[in-house]
Amino acid sequence: MGFACFKRLVRNKHMHMTASDVAYNGKVEGDVVVTRADAVINWIRQHSVWPMPMGLACCAIELMASAASRYDISRFGMEVMRFSPRQSDCMIVAGTVTYKMAEVVRRIYDQMGDPKWVVAMGACASTGGMYRSYSVMQGVDNIVPVDVYVSGCPPRPEALLDAMMKLQDKIGNESSVRNLRKTSAGAVK
Amino acid sequence: MIDEDFTKSLLQKHSYLTQQDSVDWVTFECVPEKLLSFVESLRDTEGFEILVDLTAIDHGEGADFRYSTVIHLYSLVQRGYLRIHSTCTDNDKPEMPSVSSIYPAANWHERETFDMFGIHFSDHPNLKRILMWDEYPHFPLRKDFPLAGIDTPLPADDVVEVTQASVEPAPMMGGPFVSSNSGSMSDSEPRAKDESWTEKKEKPV
Ligand code: SF4
Repeated sequence: MGFACFKRLVRNKHMHMTASDVAYNGKVEGDVVVTRADAVINWIRQHSVWPMPMGLACCAIELMASAASRYDISRFGMEVMRFSPRQSDCMIVAGTVTYKMAEVVRRIYDQMGDPKWVVAMGACASTGGMYRSYSVMQGVDNIVPVDVYVSGCPPRPEALLDAMMKLQDKIGNESSVRNLRKTSAGAVK
Repeated sequence: MIDEDFTKSLLQKHSYLTQQDSVDWVTFECVPEKLLSFVESLRDTEGFEILVDLTAIDHGEGADFRYSTVIHLYSLVQRGYLRIHSTCTDNDKPEMPSVSSIYPAANWHERETFDMFGIHFSDHPNLKRILMWDEYPHFPLRKDFPLAGIDTPLPADDVVEVTQASVEPAPMMGGPFVSSNSGSMSDSEPRAKDESWTEKKEKPV
Protein backbone atom coordinates (compact mmCIF):
# COMPACT_ATOMS: atom_id res chain seq x y z
CA MET A 1 0.00 0.00 0.00
CA GLY A 2 1.41 3.37 -0.96
CA PHE A 3 1.39 6.43 1.20
CA ALA A 4 -1.10 8.16 -1.08
CA CYS A 5 -3.69 5.48 -0.37
CA PHE A 6 -3.02 5.66 3.31
CA LYS A 7 -3.49 9.39 3.34
CA ARG A 8 -6.71 9.11 1.42
CA LEU A 9 -7.89 6.50 3.85
CA VAL A 10 -7.27 8.91 6.67
CA ARG A 11 -8.93 11.79 4.84
CA ASN A 12 -12.00 9.73 4.06
CA LYS A 13 -12.40 9.05 7.70
CA HIS A 14 -13.00 12.73 8.26
CA MET A 15 -15.64 13.06 5.56
CA HIS A 16 -19.19 12.51 6.55
CA MET A 17 -19.90 9.01 5.48
CA THR A 18 -23.18 7.25 5.52
CA ALA A 19 -23.62 3.56 5.96
CA SER A 20 -24.03 3.07 2.23
CA ASP A 21 -20.78 4.96 1.56
CA VAL A 22 -18.90 2.44 3.58
CA ALA A 23 -20.64 -0.48 1.97
CA TYR A 24 -20.04 0.69 -1.56
CA ASN A 25 -18.81 3.94 -3.00
CA GLY A 26 -17.97 4.07 -6.66
CA LYS A 27 -15.87 7.24 -6.25
CA VAL A 28 -13.21 5.67 -4.08
CA GLU A 29 -13.26 2.23 -5.56
CA GLY A 30 -9.73 0.90 -6.00
CA ASP A 31 -8.30 3.56 -3.68
CA VAL A 32 -9.16 1.96 -0.40
CA VAL A 33 -7.16 -0.80 1.17
CA VAL A 34 -8.42 -2.42 4.31
CA THR A 35 -5.75 -3.47 6.78
CA ARG A 36 -4.97 -3.66 10.48
CA ALA A 37 -3.60 -0.62 12.23
CA ASP A 38 -0.80 -2.78 13.66
CA ALA A 39 0.29 -3.80 10.19
CA VAL A 40 0.47 -0.22 8.97
CA ILE A 41 2.25 1.13 12.03
CA ASN A 42 4.75 -1.71 12.12
CA TRP A 43 5.40 -1.45 8.41
CA ILE A 44 6.25 2.20 8.80
CA ARG A 45 8.43 1.68 11.87
CA GLN A 46 10.21 -1.30 10.38
CA HIS A 47 11.45 0.62 7.40
CA SER A 48 12.51 3.81 9.08
CA VAL A 49 14.60 2.76 12.06
CA TRP A 50 16.72 5.64 13.33
CA PRO A 51 19.79 4.16 14.98
CA MET A 52 21.64 5.79 17.83
CA PRO A 53 25.28 4.72 17.44
CA MET A 54 26.45 3.96 20.97
CA GLY A 55 30.00 3.31 19.78
CA LEU A 56 32.14 2.40 22.78
CA ALA A 57 35.07 0.45 21.33
CA CYS A 58 36.38 -1.37 18.26
CA CYS A 59 32.95 -2.68 17.22
CA ALA A 60 31.98 0.87 16.39
CA ILE A 61 34.37 0.73 13.43
CA GLU A 62 32.35 -2.13 11.95
CA LEU A 63 29.19 -0.19 12.67
CA MET A 64 30.61 2.68 10.65
CA ALA A 65 31.60 0.29 7.88
CA SER A 66 28.05 -1.00 7.67
CA ALA A 67 26.87 2.55 7.09
CA ALA A 68 29.38 3.19 4.31
CA SER A 69 28.80 2.46 0.64
CA ARG A 70 30.04 -1.12 0.55
CA TYR A 71 27.51 -2.52 3.02
CA ASP A 72 25.09 0.37 2.81
CA ILE A 73 22.68 0.12 5.70
CA SER A 74 20.48 2.64 3.89
CA ARG A 75 19.11 -0.23 1.84
CA PHE A 76 17.09 -0.98 4.96
CA GLY A 77 16.07 2.59 5.63
CA MET A 78 18.31 3.02 8.66
CA GLU A 79 21.12 5.16 7.38
CA VAL A 80 20.15 8.21 9.38
CA MET A 81 22.27 7.67 12.49
CA ARG A 82 21.52 10.32 15.05
CA PHE A 83 23.84 11.29 17.83
CA SER A 84 20.95 12.69 19.78
CA PRO A 85 18.85 10.15 21.67
CA ARG A 86 15.82 12.38 21.15
CA GLN A 87 15.94 11.73 17.43
CA SER A 88 16.55 8.00 17.41
CA ASP A 89 14.72 4.84 18.35
CA CYS A 90 17.24 2.02 18.12
CA MET A 91 20.36 2.07 20.24
CA ILE A 92 23.17 0.01 18.74
CA VAL A 93 25.57 -0.68 21.61
CA ALA A 94 28.80 -1.30 19.72
CA GLY A 95 31.65 -1.91 22.11
CA THR A 96 32.84 -2.54 25.63
CA VAL A 97 30.50 -1.22 28.33
CA THR A 98 32.56 -0.27 31.35
CA TYR A 99 30.88 0.17 34.71
CA LYS A 100 31.72 3.84 34.52
CA MET A 101 29.96 4.15 31.16
CA ALA A 102 26.97 1.99 32.14
CA GLU A 103 25.24 4.87 33.87
CA VAL A 104 25.60 7.01 30.77
CA VAL A 105 24.28 4.27 28.50
CA ARG A 106 21.20 3.91 30.66
CA ARG A 107 20.57 7.65 30.80
CA ILE A 108 20.83 7.96 27.03
CA TYR A 109 18.48 4.99 26.65
CA ASP A 110 15.96 6.72 28.88
CA GLN A 111 16.22 9.88 26.82
CA MET A 112 15.11 8.06 23.69
CA GLY A 113 11.42 8.32 22.92
CA ASP A 114 9.22 5.21 22.94
CA PRO A 115 9.01 2.88 21.13
CA LYS A 116 12.69 1.99 21.21
CA TRP A 117 14.89 -1.01 20.65
CA VAL A 118 18.42 -2.03 21.63
CA VAL A 119 20.92 -4.08 19.65
CA ALA A 120 23.91 -5.48 21.56
CA MET A 121 26.60 -5.62 18.92
CA GLY A 122 29.56 -7.89 19.56
CA ALA A 123 30.84 -10.09 22.36
CA CYS A 124 31.59 -7.19 24.69
CA ALA A 125 28.18 -5.59 24.61
CA SER A 126 26.47 -8.98 24.82
CA THR A 127 28.48 -10.65 27.58
CA GLY A 128 31.53 -8.58 28.50
CA GLY A 129 33.46 -10.50 25.86
CA MET A 130 37.08 -11.14 26.58
CA TYR A 131 37.11 -8.51 29.31
CA ARG A 132 36.51 -10.62 32.40
CA SER A 133 37.63 -7.80 34.56
CA TYR A 134 36.79 -5.52 37.45
CA SER A 135 35.96 -2.59 35.22
CA VAL A 136 33.72 -4.08 32.52
CA MET A 137 30.01 -4.75 32.83
CA GLN A 138 29.38 -8.36 31.83
CA GLY A 139 26.71 -7.62 29.23
CA VAL A 140 24.77 -4.43 28.57
CA ASP A 141 21.53 -6.31 29.33
CA ASN A 142 22.35 -5.66 32.98
CA ILE A 143 21.14 -2.11 32.51
CA VAL A 144 19.01 -1.91 29.34
CA PRO A 145 16.62 -4.44 27.76
CA VAL A 146 18.27 -5.92 24.66
CA ASP A 147 16.24 -7.00 21.61
CA VAL A 148 18.91 -8.55 19.40
CA TYR A 149 22.38 -9.85 20.29
CA VAL A 150 25.08 -10.10 17.64
CA SER A 151 27.94 -12.54 18.14
CA GLY A 152 31.46 -11.84 16.95
CA CYS A 153 34.52 -9.89 17.99
CA PRO A 154 33.91 -7.78 16.07
CA PRO A 155 30.88 -8.92 14.07
CA ARG A 156 31.24 -8.28 10.36
CA PRO A 157 28.92 -5.64 8.91
CA GLU A 158 26.87 -8.44 7.34
CA ALA A 159 26.20 -9.80 10.82
CA LEU A 160 24.97 -6.41 11.95
CA LEU A 161 22.75 -6.11 8.89
CA ASP A 162 21.39 -9.57 9.66
CA ALA A 163 20.66 -8.45 13.20
CA MET A 164 18.89 -5.35 11.93
CA MET A 165 16.75 -7.53 9.65
CA LYS A 166 15.89 -9.70 12.64
CA LEU A 167 14.97 -6.53 14.49
CA GLN A 168 12.71 -5.56 11.58
CA ASP A 169 10.98 -8.93 11.88
CA LYS A 170 10.57 -8.36 15.57
CA ILE A 171 9.12 -4.88 15.05
CA GLY A 172 6.79 -6.38 12.44
CA ASN A 173 5.27 -8.70 15.03
CA GLU A 174 4.64 -6.13 17.74
CA SER A 175 1.14 -5.29 18.98
CA SER A 176 1.76 -1.61 18.44
CA VAL A 177 -1.75 -0.39 19.10
CA ARG A 178 -2.05 -2.28 22.34
CA ASN A 179 1.43 -1.11 23.34
CA LEU A 180 0.26 2.49 23.03
CA ARG A 181 -1.70 2.03 26.20
CA LYS A 182 1.26 0.61 28.07
CA THR A 183 3.20 3.01 30.23
CA SER A 184 6.91 2.67 29.76
CA ALA A 185 8.51 0.49 32.40
CA GLY A 186 10.61 2.24 35.02
CA ALA A 187 12.68 4.99 33.48
CA VAL A 188 15.36 6.93 35.27
CA LYS A 189 13.97 10.38 35.99
CA MET B 1 75.44 9.86 25.18
CA ILE B 2 74.26 8.02 28.23
CA ASP B 3 77.42 6.05 28.98
CA GLU B 4 79.47 5.16 32.02
CA ASP B 5 81.03 8.63 32.25
CA PHE B 6 77.67 10.30 32.24
CA THR B 7 76.37 7.93 34.91
CA LYS B 8 79.44 8.50 37.07
CA SER B 9 79.16 12.25 36.80
CA LEU B 10 75.55 12.13 37.84
CA LEU B 11 76.36 9.91 40.82
CA GLN B 12 79.07 12.38 41.86
CA LYS B 13 76.85 15.42 41.49
CA HIS B 14 73.99 13.88 43.45
CA SER B 15 75.33 12.00 46.42
CA TYR B 16 71.93 10.60 47.48
CA LEU B 17 71.64 8.56 44.25
CA THR B 18 72.41 4.87 43.96
CA GLN B 19 72.60 2.99 40.71
CA GLN B 20 70.41 -0.06 40.25
CA ASP B 21 70.99 -3.11 38.10
CA SER B 22 69.15 -2.86 34.82
CA VAL B 23 69.23 -4.80 31.58
CA ASP B 24 68.42 -1.85 29.37
CA TRP B 25 68.60 1.80 30.44
CA VAL B 26 70.50 3.34 33.30
CA THR B 27 68.42 3.21 36.47
CA PHE B 28 68.85 5.33 39.59
CA GLU B 29 67.30 4.88 42.98
CA CYS B 30 66.37 8.30 44.36
CA VAL B 31 65.02 9.13 47.80
CA PRO B 32 61.59 10.82 47.68
CA GLU B 33 62.80 14.02 49.40
CA LYS B 34 65.34 14.68 46.64
CA LEU B 35 63.19 13.54 43.72
CA LEU B 36 61.97 17.00 42.71
CA SER B 37 65.38 18.69 42.73
CA PHE B 38 66.97 15.73 40.93
CA VAL B 39 64.33 15.62 38.21
CA GLU B 40 64.47 19.38 37.80
CA SER B 41 68.23 19.34 37.36
CA LEU B 42 67.91 16.53 34.82
CA ARG B 43 65.51 18.64 32.82
CA ASP B 44 67.40 21.93 33.10
CA THR B 45 71.05 20.87 32.95
CA GLU B 46 71.17 17.39 31.39
CA GLY B 47 68.63 17.88 28.61
CA PHE B 48 66.00 15.34 29.61
CA GLU B 49 63.10 17.28 28.21
CA ILE B 50 60.49 14.53 27.88
CA LEU B 51 58.70 12.61 30.58
CA VAL B 52 57.76 9.39 28.85
CA ASP B 53 56.10 7.46 31.60
CA LEU B 54 55.32 7.54 35.28
CA THR B 55 53.92 4.50 37.03
CA ALA B 56 54.25 2.46 40.21
CA ILE B 57 55.07 -1.01 41.44
CA ASP B 58 53.33 -2.93 44.20
CA HIS B 59 55.92 -5.29 45.65
CA GLY B 60 53.31 -7.34 47.50
CA GLU B 61 51.95 -7.40 51.00
CA GLY B 62 54.99 -9.01 52.59
CA ALA B 63 57.51 -6.47 51.33
CA ASP B 64 59.19 -4.04 53.74
CA PHE B 65 58.50 -1.18 51.40
CA ARG B 66 55.46 -2.12 49.41
CA TYR B 67 55.12 0.70 46.89
CA SER B 68 57.57 2.45 44.64
CA THR B 69 57.23 4.73 41.65
CA VAL B 70 59.11 4.61 38.38
CA ILE B 71 59.77 7.56 36.10
CA HIS B 72 61.10 7.28 32.56
CA LEU B 73 62.69 10.34 31.05
CA TYR B 74 63.94 10.76 27.52
CA SER B 75 66.55 13.14 26.20
CA LEU B 76 66.60 14.18 22.56
CA VAL B 77 70.14 15.50 23.05
CA GLN B 78 71.52 12.39 24.75
CA ARG B 79 69.32 10.14 22.67
CA GLY B 80 68.42 7.78 25.45
CA TYR B 81 66.23 7.00 28.39
CA LEU B 82 66.81 7.33 32.09
CA ARG B 83 64.84 5.46 34.72
CA ILE B 84 64.29 6.81 38.23
CA HIS B 85 62.98 4.51 40.91
CA SER B 86 61.77 5.89 44.25
CA THR B 87 60.43 3.96 47.20
CA CYS B 88 57.46 5.10 49.27
CA THR B 89 58.42 4.92 52.93
CA ASP B 90 54.89 4.50 54.34
CA ASN B 91 53.05 1.30 53.39
CA ASP B 92 49.68 2.37 54.76
CA LYS B 93 49.54 5.81 53.21
CA PRO B 94 52.07 5.72 50.38
CA GLU B 95 53.17 9.17 49.32
CA MET B 96 55.44 10.67 46.70
CA PRO B 97 56.14 14.26 45.66
CA SER B 98 54.39 15.23 42.45
CA VAL B 99 56.66 16.08 39.54
CA SER B 100 53.79 17.66 37.60
CA SER B 101 55.12 21.14 38.36
CA ILE B 102 58.30 20.22 36.47
CA TYR B 103 56.78 18.03 33.76
CA PRO B 104 53.12 18.94 33.13
CA ALA B 105 52.85 15.60 31.29
CA ALA B 106 53.05 13.88 34.66
CA ASN B 107 49.68 15.26 35.71
CA TRP B 108 47.48 12.52 34.26
CA HIS B 109 50.09 9.81 34.83
CA GLU B 110 50.06 10.61 38.51
CA ARG B 111 46.29 10.62 38.58
CA GLU B 112 46.29 7.18 36.98
CA THR B 113 48.89 5.91 39.41
CA PHE B 114 46.80 7.25 42.27
CA ASP B 115 43.69 5.65 40.78
CA MET B 116 45.28 2.23 40.32
CA PHE B 117 47.72 2.02 43.27
CA GLY B 118 46.45 4.57 45.76
CA ILE B 119 49.72 6.47 45.91
CA HIS B 120 49.20 10.07 46.97
CA PHE B 121 51.22 12.63 45.05
CA SER B 122 51.74 15.60 47.33
CA ASP B 123 51.16 19.04 45.81
CA HIS B 124 49.44 17.56 42.79
CA PRO B 125 47.07 20.23 41.38
CA ASN B 126 44.12 17.86 40.84
CA LEU B 127 44.64 14.47 42.40
CA LYS B 128 41.43 12.57 41.70
CA ARG B 129 40.64 9.32 39.94
CA ILE B 130 40.98 9.31 36.18
CA LEU B 131 39.81 5.84 35.06
CA MET B 132 37.49 4.54 37.76
CA TRP B 133 34.69 6.77 39.06
CA ASP B 134 35.35 9.10 41.98
CA GLU B 135 33.53 7.05 44.63
CA TYR B 136 35.24 3.76 43.74
CA PRO B 137 36.69 2.45 47.00
CA HIS B 138 39.46 0.12 45.76
CA PHE B 139 42.80 0.37 43.98
CA PRO B 140 42.64 -2.22 41.20
CA LEU B 141 46.33 -2.72 40.39
CA ARG B 142 47.34 -3.50 43.97
CA LYS B 143 48.47 -7.08 44.36
CA ASP B 144 45.71 -7.97 46.81
CA PHE B 145 42.95 -6.82 44.45
CA PRO B 146 41.37 -9.74 42.54
CA LEU B 147 41.26 -9.40 38.76
CA ALA B 148 37.56 -10.29 38.74
CA GLY B 149 36.76 -7.27 40.89
CA ILE B 150 34.93 -6.76 44.17
CA ASP B 151 31.21 -6.24 44.83
CA THR B 152 30.69 -2.48 44.74
CA PRO B 153 27.62 -0.31 44.20
CA LEU B 154 27.41 1.68 40.97
CA PRO B 155 27.75 5.45 41.38
CA ALA B 156 24.31 6.64 40.22
CA ASP B 157 21.58 5.83 42.74
CA ASP B 158 18.66 6.55 40.39
CA VAL B 159 20.04 4.19 37.73
CA VAL B 160 20.67 1.51 40.34
CA GLU B 161 17.10 1.84 41.60
CA VAL B 162 15.67 1.09 38.16
CA THR B 163 18.18 -1.48 36.95
CA GLN B 164 19.32 -3.15 40.19
CA ALA B 165 22.77 -3.28 38.63
CA SER B 166 25.99 -3.26 40.61
CA VAL B 167 29.64 -4.12 40.13
CA GLU B 168 29.92 -7.89 40.45
CA PRO B 169 33.05 -10.04 40.29
CA ALA B 170 33.44 -11.16 36.68
CA PRO B 171 33.44 -14.88 35.90
CA MET B 172 36.85 -16.21 34.96
CA MET B 173 35.31 -18.52 32.37
CA GLY B 174 36.07 -17.61 28.76
CA GLY B 175 38.99 -15.33 29.56
CA PRO B 176 41.15 -13.58 30.53
CA PHE B 177 43.70 -15.69 28.78
CA VAL B 178 46.96 -16.24 30.58
CA SER B 179 49.97 -18.27 29.58
CA SER B 180 52.24 -19.92 32.11
CA ASN B 181 55.79 -18.71 31.87
CA SER B 182 57.32 -22.07 32.69
CA GLY B 183 57.59 -25.13 30.48
CA SER B 184 57.94 -25.29 26.74
CA MET B 185 56.33 -22.65 24.57
CA SER B 186 54.07 -25.17 22.83
CA ASP B 187 52.45 -26.13 26.14
CA SER B 188 52.06 -22.61 27.41
CA GLU B 189 49.65 -21.10 24.96
CA PRO B 190 47.21 -18.71 26.61
CA ARG B 191 44.30 -20.39 28.40
CA ALA B 192 41.28 -19.08 30.27
CA LYS B 193 41.75 -19.24 34.02
CA ASP B 194 38.54 -21.19 34.49
CA GLU B 195 37.97 -24.07 32.09
CA SER B 196 35.39 -25.94 34.14
CA TRP B 197 32.97 -25.60 31.25
CA THR B 198 33.83 -25.02 27.61
CA GLU B 199 32.38 -25.81 24.19
CA LYS B 200 33.22 -29.44 24.87
CA LYS B 201 32.44 -29.75 28.57
CA GLU B 202 28.89 -28.94 29.63
CA LYS B 203 28.19 -26.19 32.06
CA PRO B 204 27.65 -27.64 35.53
CA VAL B 205 24.24 -26.86 36.99
S1 SF4 C 1 33.50 -7.46 20.83
FE1 SF4 C 1 35.63 -7.41 20.16
S2 SF4 C 1 35.65 -5.89 18.51
FE2 SF4 C 1 33.77 -5.58 19.68
S3 SF4 C 1 34.24 -4.03 21.18
FE3 SF4 C 1 34.60 -6.02 22.13
S4 SF4 C 1 36.78 -6.42 21.81
FE4 SF4 C 1 36.18 -4.81 20.39
